[in-house]
Amino acid sequence: MISYLLRRILYGALILLGVNLLTFFLFFTVNTPDDMARLNIGGKHITQDLIDKWKVERGYDKPLYVNDAKQGAERFTDTIFWERSVSLFELRFGRSDAESAGDIGPEVNRRMWVSVQLALPLFVLQVIASTAFALLLVMFRHTRLDFWGVVTCVLMLSISSLFYIIVGQFMFSRLLRIAPISGYVPGWDVAKFLLLPIVLSLLARLGTEARLYRAMFLEEIGKDYVRTARAKGLSETVVLFRHVLRNALLPIVTSAGSYLPYVFLGSLVFESFFGLPGLGAYVIDAITKQDFAVVRTMVFVGSLLYIATFVLIDVAYTWVDPRVRLA
Amino acid sequence: MPKFVLLWTDATVWLLVAFMIAYAVMVARSPNLKASWRKVFRDAPALCSSLILAGCLLVTAFDSVHYRPALKAVAGAPAGSVAYDTVTRSGLDYVLSGLLASREVTYSRPLAYLSYRRDTVSINGKVQRVSPRLLHGGAQLSDPEHQWAGDLLSRSLTGLVLGLLLAAAAAATLFRLLARARDAGFVETAASVWRNEGEIPWRAALWTLAVIAVLSGVTLCLMSAYHVFGTDTTGNDVLYQALKSIRTAFVIGSLATIATLPLAVVLGIMAGFFRGWVDEVIQYFYTVLSSVPNILLIAACVLMVQVFLDKHPDMFETGVERSDVKLFLLCTVLGLTGWAGLCRLLRAETMKLRELDYVQAANAFGVSSTRIMVRHIFPNVAHLMLIVTVLDFSSLILYEAVLSYVGVGVDPSMNSFGGMINLARKEMSLDPVVWWSFAAAFGFMVTVVLAVNLFADGVRDAFDPRARAFRPRLAIMRKPAVQK
Repeated sequence: MISYLLRRILYGALILLGVNLLTFFLFFTVNTPDDMARLNIGGKHITQDLIDKWKVERGYDKPLYVNDAKQGAERFTDTIFWERSVSLFELRFGRSDAESAGDIGPEVNRRMWVSVQLALPLFVLQVIASTAFALLLVMFRHTRLDFWGVVTCVLMLSISSLFYIIVGQFMFSRLLRIAPISGYVPGWDVAKFLLLPIVLSLLARLGTEARLYRAMFLEEIGKDYVRTARAKGLSETVVLFRHVLRNALLPIVTSAGSYLPYVFLGSLVFESFFGLPGLGAYVIDAITKQDFAVVRTMVFVGSLLYIATFVLIDVAYTWVDPRVRLA
Repeated sequence: MPKFVLLWTDATVWLLVAFMIAYAVMVARSPNLKASWRKVFRDAPALCSSLILAGCLLVTAFDSVHYRPALKAVAGAPAGSVAYDTVTRSGLDYVLSGLLASREVTYSRPLAYLSYRRDTVSINGKVQRVSPRLLHGGAQLSDPEHQWAGDLLSRSLTGLVLGLLLAAAAAATLFRLLARARDAGFVETAASVWRNEGEIPWRAALWTLAVIAVLSGVTLCLMSAYHVFGTDTTGNDVLYQALKSIRTAFVIGSLATIATLPLAVVLGIMAGFFRGWVDEVIQYFYTVLSSVPNILLIAACVLMVQVFLDKHPDMFETGVERSDVKLFLLCTVLGLTGWAGLCRLLRAETMKLRELDYVQAANAFGVSSTRIMVRHIFPNVAHLMLIVTVLDFSSLILYEAVLSYVGVGVDPSMNSFGGMINLARKEMSLDPVVWWSFAAAFGFMVTVVLAVNLFADGVRDAFDPRARAFRPRLAIMRKPAVQK
């Protein structure tokens, strides 16, 4: 188990190296530091001096991959690529490209907890609601309830999440005035701001997930052990909850787990619609302002979380299903 | 003579149409494929949604012929030289030129003859707030307050009758064709379709066709005099925008999925077939790609595309060409970032296939690896390609809306559902609420996505026998097909 985890983590580090190379290529080779400087300084009268000054301020005044002016190992270490990569792996994110904004590190740290406040309850409720709905459909399979349930699912998954948000905000905040339209306060009072995004996000993903889980349950229900359980006289409820549910948990864990990175990254759309200062809203701001340093950092943080999640899912397997041995 | 412009996405759309025709010919020749596609169309929802999709495809095709109209020769210009308009138009623009020309000043409600805006005017010395008449919507009415309802009614009725006539004509043609194929009488065939007998659910298809015909008939008759879905903030017709958005959605859905295919198929089959270090390297590649949250990777790539386009503003003659290249590159980005899932699937399938006897036999006969992959593996994983392509189609249309919201979607100057929803966000907070643009985007988008989803389910059930077990079944099923 330990050696397996160790191997997974090492492979994860290797993947992260690849991600780093990919993002560096995208952000520095396709779009050179000179371009970035021009974009950020703005205005018409950009001199080479200004560009150089901007580059020095941010440490972009070096060659990209290979520094021919230096000797030995410094040829490779005294470059932007090396410095950026090392600082990313040390989780020092540097300052953002924008003039006014400060360091990225503390900002990420602060915003991450806002995202967790939204996404953790959402994640838990999502799994529970989707599983419950799917179980309901499976319990009444081959009846009208199942048929219309699946029809509802297909209809729900054909509606863009943006529609849920706009209609939800309009109905609950403007017409019924149940919840505030958007905003955020620290502390427990935040609950009233989180209620609407959580409910709407839940609805937006229910169709997709419930249909998927239903298929997973039905796949399990066709197996031999279910027939055996029925043959020994167990009631359908016991078969479903004691046998099928436990066995279907394995694929459900995988499918729900792949959503886990977004617990920390936050949902881009929901956060910015509801004015929650989480990481998702941060990314959208950075994209609109073309702040590449922030986007680059978020790509790295995102994949770090993703890789960590998959190691976690592997561990969760052994907990859900004792048959799984990690070796 | 206008100057025809072949945009990047136009070229790919027409290539796609050519490919679809070629595929149809192939299906007609191969009994296996024919049987599978028959299964697709035996499914009533899939058949009905394929009709809707065909309609959308028609709109897309019309919207994919671009030209720049020739301007009238200026006096003094040398003979023979023709100047062209700087605005690129499409075939759809030509068909809907009435809608394009009837631009209002600002918002107006659906089918309205008064503007949304209120002006302060003094009537008989009293200052009043009144809505001015629209420039085009209902402009033909001399006494709108009394004529409006009657005019709407008569136009709708005309449209209804037209639509019904069209549907009846289609039904008659279908009955005749079926009667000839079945070697039965016309009335007999019509009755059997009405009783929903036979393999293909023609009755449902006819109902769908009737609904489409009536809706478009009514819209057509109203369209010439009113703004059926109202106008937006700059007075543009919402119906026009919604129709134009169909092409954007279709181009994104189809091009982006097709862009994933080359990498996914080649690398997936290679990884599964060669195993060993090839497999390791390919696995590494797609794990790296899929470990970056998708939306971030797309945002990063699109930002770079944006920077590239901003650096080369002189590459494009017109605004449409520029936004088209952006759309094309967006699809490429979506394809290049989204091949991991299909690749993984194909790799697993190839690993299974390569152990089968016929592949082993080909190996023993000394057939080269390339040939085995092309001749023996590829045809046997093609159904997976098809299923994944159709399934991804709808999610990409939905994705476009989110990407546009994030700011990395299509060019703001290009009509798209995402752009419409984006504007709607602000409009829904106005007072009184401007809901029509949002409602139109919602209606069109849900119809398209739902149709794609239902069609995709039909395709999956027909080509993947395992999936059929998950179909919800009612006790009251369609009568079993009468086999001859």
